[in-house]
Amino acid sequence: MSSNEHSKPVAKEESFGYDSKTIAYIRNAAAHGLYEIRGMGAKRALPNFDDLVFLGASLSRYPLEGYREKCSTKTVLGTRFAKKPVELDIPITIAGMSFGSLSANVKEALGRAASEVGTSTTTGDGGMTQEERQSSKTLVYQCLPSRYGFNPDDVRRADAIEVVIGQGAKPGGGGMLLGQKVSPRVAQMRTLPAGIDQRSACRHPDWTGPDDLAIKIQELRELTDWEKPIYVKVGATRTFNDVKLAVHSGADVVVVDGMQGGTAATQTCFIEHVGIPTLAALRQAVDALEDLDMKDKVQLIVSGGIRSGPDVAKALAMGADAVSIGQGVLIALGCNHDSYFQNGAHHDATAGYAALGTAPGYCHHCHTGKCPVGITTQDAVLEQRLTPEVGARHLKNYLKTLNMELTTIARACGKQNVHHLEREDLVALTLEAAAMARVPLAGTNWIPGVAGM
Amino acid sequence: MERMNFDLAQVPLRELNAFLHRDAPAQGVQKVVVTNPDGAHNIAVGLDCPIDVEVHGHAGYYAGGMNKTGTVTIFGSAGTGVAENMMSGRVQVKGFASNGAGASMHGGLLVIDGDAGLRCGISLKGGDIVVGGSVGSFSAFMAQAGRMVICGDAGDALGDSLYEAVLYVKGSIKSLGADARIEPMSEADYAAVKELLDAAGLQHDAGLKHDPRDFKRVASARSLYHWNADADQEY
Repeated sequence: MSSNEHSKPVAKEESFGYDSKTIAYIRNAAAHGLYEIRGMGAKRALPNFDDLVFLGASLSRYPLEGYREKCSTKTVLGTRFAKKPVELDIPITIAGMSFGSLSANVKEALGRAASEVGTSTTTGDGGMTQEERQSSKTLVYQCLPSRYGFNPDDVRRADAIEVVIGQGAKPGGGGMLLGQKVSPRVAQMRTLPAGIDQRSACRHPDWTGPDDLAIKIQELRELTDWEKPIYVKVGATRTFNDVKLAVHSGADVVVVDGMQGGTAATQTCFIEHVGIPTLAALRQAVDALEDLDMKDKVQLIVSGGIRSGPDVAKALAMGADAVSIGQGVLIALGCNHDSYFQNGAHHDATAGYAALGTAPGYCHHCHTGKCPVGITTQDAVLEQRLTPEVGARHLKNYLKTLNMELTTIARACGKQNVHHLEREDLVALTLEAAAMARVPLAGTNWIPGVAGM
Repeated sequence: MERMNFDLAQVPLRELNAFLHRDAPAQGVQKVVVTNPDGAHNIAVGLDCPIDVEVHGHAGYYAGGMNKTGTVTIFGSAGTGVAENMMSGRVQVKGFASNGAGASMHGGLLVIDGDAGLRCGISLKGGDIVVGGSVGSFSAFMAQAGRMVICGDAGDALGDSLYEAVLYVKGSIKSLGADARIEPMSEADYAAVKELLDAAGLQHDAGLKHDPRDFKRVASARSLYHWNADADQEY
């Protein structure tokens, strides 16, 4: 640097409040008069499971042999009222994602992989497809505000029913599927004109509030002669109260979806600014169940940014009975990958990303229906880029990896069953995570906000 | 055994519904009479055979919900969500119906002899609703397909955010919802109203109780089908 430059006043100082991202946002708003709609979940930095670590066994506790001693991952959901609870081999399930947002090939791949590893998959806003029912050993059928394609025959052939109140990416908002993805088959399943911009209802049409929901759940139980577990899914906001109300309404299982949860199309302002992080929501949900003395009677599934085996282990240690994964599953299938595999060869997909104005690793353009790797599309050419066989193989590997990591950690903590992982196996690395998860800051016995510590 | 009686003052609802789902079709029962319903919720939900169910008294929420091929007649009034998500068959309420009558129906015929509350026919996806009296506000909200005949008046925001469902109203409409508009009646519309009044058993010719020519047609202007920034949210 020359001495001349030292003497110059600073000519380029970026504003913190009006950084390049904010300037681009305002310019975009001024140019179009419309908010941005996109896929994926919250992108901003949030306290998450990476901020927690396990206290492995040592002298005070002894570990189990990593490859020799048994560590059970069996998971049973729906023991409260259902005559036929859902029994899974692993506590990692596939989250609800619609046929419409995803191609039929992808729905089939999810079902195949889930069945092979012994877990469940879930329908989405838009009804149940033959492909997913046939390929899924255990299929959870969602009952959403829109009721698109909702059919009592599908209720009867489902293994569990999930009443969806909200979603972590947009608690308080309804589904969206832009016209380019409303293909003739999607439109027919949803009783909509093909090609319209579909904006679903955000409230259920036939009930309002928890007392009504109790009657609605009773209707679904009567319809299925009390056989099938009934889940209630909420987007994470006032989670302590919402979980209590879900239990009051008669849920067998409560699903809590944090703000990192993905979406195929939602307003960015919603994704980034409404809802609370999964870590905080999970803590509140467990508090609610413990407060009602319903822990282990009503099962808890947590979702929203679960990516890895350690994430699963930490969620279970904090009190979840199972987790649900959406975005991670799509990435395992090839979402944001620079190529796709078709007819026995890899093909470069970067031009497809470029056409959307993005690049592999940054893409959140699910809403356009032009997924360069054939996942979030209804396009007849693009959807061929992911076959059920290839997708299922990758997803099975991903789920197996998560499960191996989960049992590795559980054994290291001396547990013969992953459900024996407990909160006191965890400590936090940051003050925020310590306060939200209510576990001590590592190396201390300090939990911010807890009196007397 | 062609006919069975269930006294809900004596028998739990679960037994009635389990009978309707399994034993009734297996034993070829054609008619089930329910007495003392006393506003019980979820009476005769999930019928899946062409059976005739009579309810003598008032029913609670979701009576005849998700019906497929069955016939349910309520000799009394019905609570919220009567015949919700019906696929086929027929549900008739001899009295009044509460909120969300016929919500998200996919098929079949719902007849309400009296008035219906708020949000009648909300999210309608097919089938027909005939209301002998008036309907409350936000009826046919986001109705996607199917037909509604309203012999009385309609409340506020009728047909808000309508898709392809068509509504016929004889009386006054307090206000139309976003994107709903009154359209001229064609001969096909008159024929449709007559067909539905006939199917509902509501007299329309000799006694001139209802003349199809007195009805107005409400359908979607389809201006909300595609995103439009210039609408300025003036819906």
